[in-house]
Amino acid sequence: MSSQSCVEVHTEWGIVSARQAGRNKAKEIGFGNVDQARITTAISELARNIYLYAEKGEICIGEVSEMGGAGVKKGLQITAKDVGPGIDNIREVMADGFTTSGGLGAGLPGVKRLMDHFDIESTSGEGTTITAIKWLR
Amino acid sequence: MRVPILKLHNYLLISVQVELDDQTALQFQEDLLSKIHKEGSTGVVIDLTSVEMIDSFIAKVLGEVVEMSNLMGAKVVLTGIQPAVAITLIDMGIKLEEVPTALDLEQGLEKLQQELEG
Repeated sequence: MSSQSCVEVHTEWGIVSARQAGRNKAKEIGFGNVDQARITTAISELARNIYLYAEKGEICIGEVSEMGGAGVKKGLQITAKDVGPGIDNIREVMADGFTTSGGLGAGLPGVKRLMDHFDIESTSGEGTTITAIKWLR
Repeated sequence: MRVPILKLHNYLLISVQVELDDQTALQFQEDLLSKIHKEGSTGVVIDLTSVEMIDSFIAKVLGEVVEMSNLMGAKVVLTGIQPAVAITLIDMGIKLEEVPTALDLEQGLEKLQQELEG
């Protein structure tokens, strides 16, 4: 992956910086208005989860490419990484409406729907890494 | 940072022009309710034309401020939600179903008038 930039998230301001960095990168890669909003929103949800549940972590944003049938595909990859408590039951947190924080429970399932690729790895007591990609159409 | 709230007769007008971080959103909730109380406002228009992103937290705060204002006796209309924001909210599965909305400030004021008279 070329040119990846990371934003530390341990305050609410980290959430704002992460989504601004995401919007800038999305513009740079050439995403349209709607996908910029999708990417920014996904980053906001992931950053908020770090802030709420792990206290500290980082969001990294970078450009990715892949050889496909129609040539080279470009995309934006978000990696959200923390060394927080981890998620015991991933199936539960991926269900719409599930929340332990009094939120809408739309965060992680929402991110999955906003992005094209979504992958979550979590070990109880060690932390969580979430990778999500949006491909440029 | 604070979101400015303008008074126009019995109404309050808000145009959100700042990047909404969590604290600003919560502060706005509190400011709006105190202003409704202080001014005895019957209607509120919150214009979101300049808002480029609404995530689940901000959606929750907006939904709540509408309910809270209703409890106090003031009607709220949200206006100017951008196409990209509407698409993102529905993608996320967030439905602000009981929240009155209108295309722009002008139609928002008309809607308020209708709601308050009808």
